[in-house]
Amino acid sequence: MDEIQKNLLEQVTGLHEMPAGAYNIRANGTSAARSTTAHIDIVTKEDKQGIDILIKPGTRNESVHIPVVLSQSGLTEMVYNDFYVGENCDVTIVAGCGIHNNGDSDSRHDGIHTFYVGPNSHVKYVEKHYGSGDGNGSRIMNPETVVELSENSFLEMETVQIKGVDSTKRSTRAKLADGARLVVTEKLMTHGSQTAETSFQVDLDGEGSSANIISRSVARDSSRQLFLSKINGNNRCAGHSECDGIIMDNAKISAIPEITANHLDAQLIHEAAIGKIAGEQITKLMTLGLTEQEAEAQIVNGFLK
Amino acid sequence: MLELQNLSFQVSGEADGQKEIIRNLDLTFEDHTFIAITGPNGGGKSTLARLIMGIEQPTSGKILFNGTDITHMNVTERARLGISFAFQQPVRFKGIKVKDLITLAAGNNLKLSGACDYLSQVGLCARDYINRDVDGSLSGGELKRIEIATIIARNTPLAVFDEPEAGIDLWSFNNLIRVFEEMHQSSQNSLIIISHQERILNIADEIIVIAGGTVQARGQREDILPELLKGTESCRFYQQK
Repeated sequence: MDEIQKNLLEQVTGLHEMPAGAYNIRANGTSAARSTTAHIDIVTKEDKQGIDILIKPGTRNESVHIPVVLSQSGLTEMVYNDFYVGENCDVTIVAGCGIHNNGDSDSRHDGIHTFYVGPNSHVKYVEKHYGSGDGNGSRIMNPETVVELSENSFLEMETVQIKGVDSTKRSTRAKLADGARLVVTEKLMTHGSQTAETSFQVDLDGEGSSANIISRSVARDSSRQLFLSKINGNNRCAGHSECDGIIMDNAKISAIPEITANHLDAQLIHEAAIGKIAGEQITKLMTLGLTEQEAEAQIVNGFLK
Repeated sequence: MLELQNLSFQVSGEADGQKEIIRNLDLTFEDHTFIAITGPNGGGKSTLARLIMGIEQPTSGKILFNGTDITHMNVTERARLGISFAFQQPVRFKGIKVKDLITLAAGNNLKLSGACDYLSQVGLCARDYINRDVDGSLSGGELKRIEIATIIARNTPLAVFDEPEAGIDLWSFNNLIRVFEEMHQSSQNSLIIISHQERILNIADEIIVIAGGTVQARGQREDILPELLKGTESCRFYQQK
């Protein structure tokens, strides 16, 4: 990998060198490095782009890193990564995509991550998206996440896109069996003329299942954001979604929540709040000696931390 | 240290044009004094405090701080010159931790133990609060104490408190009195406290009564407080206009 790719890798995974545990690093459309462990296997798909990640039952305290970096302007790819997590596992999966585009053609990465999480397993899934480069070509990422949670399994997903992605459509769909839990935390910031659309569809099919979707976003300049969330309560279950947005400059954010209770004991809540930074917050920080710009930066950084 | 010269503040009224909140007010505050400002609701006390901090700009008149004309300085500039301000309704932030706010207030690379000391001074167990967000998960009383901790951390020549007793429970209130006494005794800093509370007025060096946008009375605590208490049977200790 070259320096640009290494920088992208560091931005999306925080890694300076090859991680411990299993990993697959995809650079400009090919596998740049791969490592497997006794419990985690990574197999290249035969019929399409992508990999299968096979995690044996009972695998605990292990991690898998599968970052993607694109530095070749004009590259477009569609990648399918499927995760098969056995029962009684406790693993961390770190994905993410960095695109550096210095050219005039659009670079685009579409990734579909499908998780089959076995009974009683816990998966922490972290993904971060980042773009850099000052070419006229756009940096486009469309991540799709599909989750099937078996009985009493738990997936916590942290997804972050703070900088440099011109256009993104993010889709997350989940189906939960009895006692399964899903917690999603999304942090999003758009600037310039970027657009971001993020949608969630959660089917709470199992008895005692629960989902909590928390989205915090900041839209600056003339960027646009759309937040869609649908939670269907099909059993005795609890669902909560929360969209908190700060708009600045000429940006626009729309939030369209939908909650449907198809069962008498489904408890569903949606909260949404969009607005500019409260003037009194800036004033308070100014009374501590910060300038207006410093106060604004402090508030935005804290909000997305 | 602080001089208000012929200070006026008007806002646009409903039908009848301008409404005068502060009228031609002249006040001088000496170094190392503890002054309580009291008076009826709507009399202009909070506006006066906000004018001193620069949150509001006067319509006319001058404000001098240690001889410097600060009338047209913004909030940041006044804060950096050495004025602090405790809000009547503390501001909530999503994502800013108690530790962050106190560190910003102290204005340096405050060690964790330093931030904890400030919290302990306002009667909060630091371990329980230091990593919490300054948001809706804290009660009004907790927020108020954190607000006061930020003022202690700033340690500026002048601190202005806008009704520090509002929203504070009785136990914290006893603590609050002690905090103000300590702030006054342990430094050369000056305190201006807007308050309705007899017990706060009772520890001030001087009391200023403001009503109708002007100074109605000013004097030593011994002279003013009995006057304020005279003729009131309830806990109200001044005559409503």
